[in-house]
Amino acid sequence: MLEDRKEAVIGEFSLFDEWLDKYEYLIELGKSLPPFPESSRTEENLIKGCQSKVWLDVQNDAGRLSFVADSDALITRGIIALLVRVYSGCTPAEIAEDDFAFLDTLGLKENLSPTRAGGLAAMVATLKRLAREQIQP
Amino acid sequence: MMNRQDLCARFPQLSDTVYGKRLVYLDNAATSLRPTDVVQTWTQMSLHHNANLHRAVHRTAQEATAFYEQTRDAVRDFLHAGAREEIIFTSGTTAAINLLAFSIGETFIRPGDEIIVSEAEHHSNLVPWQMLCERKGAVLKRLGVDDGGRLRLEDLPALLGERTRLLCIAHISNVLGLVNPIREITDICHARQCMVLVDGAQGILHEPVDVQALDCDFYVFSGHKMFAAPGTGVLYGKRSLLERLCPWQGGGEMIASVSWEKTSYAPLPQKFEAGTQNIAGTPTLRPAIEVLESLRPTEEQAITEYLLDWFAARNDIRLFGLPDGKTAKIPLFSIAVEGAHHEDLALILDKMGVAVRSGQMCAEPLMDRFGVSGMLRASFAPYNTIEEAEIFVQSLEKAIKMLR
Repeated sequence: MLEDRKEAVIGEFSLFDEWLDKYEYLIELGKSLPPFPESSRTEENLIKGCQSKVWLDVQNDAGRLSFVADSDALITRGIIALLVRVYSGCTPAEIAEDDFAFLDTLGLKENLSPTRAGGLAAMVATLKRLAREQIQP
Repeated sequence: MMNRQDLCARFPQLSDTVYGKRLVYLDNAATSLRPTDVVQTWTQMSLHHNANLHRAVHRTAQEATAFYEQTRDAVRDFLHAGAREEIIFTSGTTAAINLLAFSIGETFIRPGDEIIVSEAEHHSNLVPWQMLCERKGAVLKRLGVDDGGRLRLEDLPALLGERTRLLCIAHISNVLGLVNPIREITDICHARQCMVLVDGAQGILHEPVDVQALDCDFYVFSGHKMFAAPGTGVLYGKRSLLERLCPWQGGGEMIASVSWEKTSYAPLPQKFEAGTQNIAGTPTLRPAIEVLESLRPTEEQAITEYLLDWFAARNDIRLFGLPDGKTAKIPLFSIAVEGAHHEDLALILDKMGVAVRSGQMCAEPLMDRFGVSGMLRASFAPYNTIEEAEIFVQSLEKAIKMLR
């Protein structure tokens, strides 16, 4: 379930006191991201608003969404991996209605530079847009 | 060089901590730290000498005007300008360049004229010229840099044509940290009746500037990059040229007399200082200059040599802006690290207390020139020490290890 996956991430994150350790964790998470399908590496899937490059694509498997993502920067890759892990398996409606408040709990936004925080906001906006596009009219 | 204790007393931010670690501030090319002397002047001007300048007869206005105009004299001396009328106060480098782009454009530029801009310019010394060329149907030409980032001066004579009116160049590039040969450039350009504008945003903190020795027609810089208050800046221009240029903004102090039929403009320097001046900010240029001069000699040369040696020994790090026998370098280092993204490095260094810049540094065409998406930049100021350069190097090594 979505809430369980959020709790799991919050739990793992809280194991680290130091931000450097949290970055190590994000870097490992980023490295564990499955290879990004080259067919998805399009201009359309490139997220604007990030200093580093971020690609995000969605697949709809009988009403359940799964995301694939990539970035040329490792920490950003870790952040997008975190989003992919939490939100893959959701229905489009679950994502469209989610408040993404767990990102505040993680303290990610205030610990990223303004451009990065902008990047994170752009990632969340893209995730929501992709989900909304999957909702059948 | 002052000892660290004196430096910290002068620049309190030097003793700040971030994430419980000593702050090592190496983003000086973006803005410098501010000394207490500047803040005191700023406060005094705001709390005790606040009155509008030049016109009122009352005592406070006279005092405020005196402080403001004494600052003009201090800047004239600092730049070795010929006359105080050649010093125009602006809100910064960008405002000064935009002022010139308008006034030079209206006064001198006709369709088909040419303006040369170097390839290593900050957007602020490129975009205003692009806008001018678009407005006037003029042609923008590019003076390139070689693979080491050094200006291709040998290309300049061929670029200069009958219609070339102006060349715009940084004294020191904010990405490459190389000192451009301004005097050589002005000699070549003046022989072909081409004016030269020097963007001194980076130069002013690191090089003693003598505008008469450089023989540049215009030299502009920002206060906040040389310890003074933000929103302050200087435009130096040769008097003969400033007198010919039409004003940029109208209103306030820039007029001699106004009527419905005909308005005449104030003489220099007021002609270019429309509206209420930065009453509290501009006078901080004076203590800023005094502090800067009191810091010399600095450890900058030693820092530059130490880091040049260190980077030269790392074949996994590409350094942009390589000095040679002819071209000097200031302690400003933009690099690309193999297998480590500039943004990751900056983010990790931040958590170690080291403040550096990552990204395109307001110089996208230069990033394209070198085929990179961005760079990591560490830029030192005259108050930085070898010890801080060592902390930077140790932190960078750790950050690289984390990312591989």
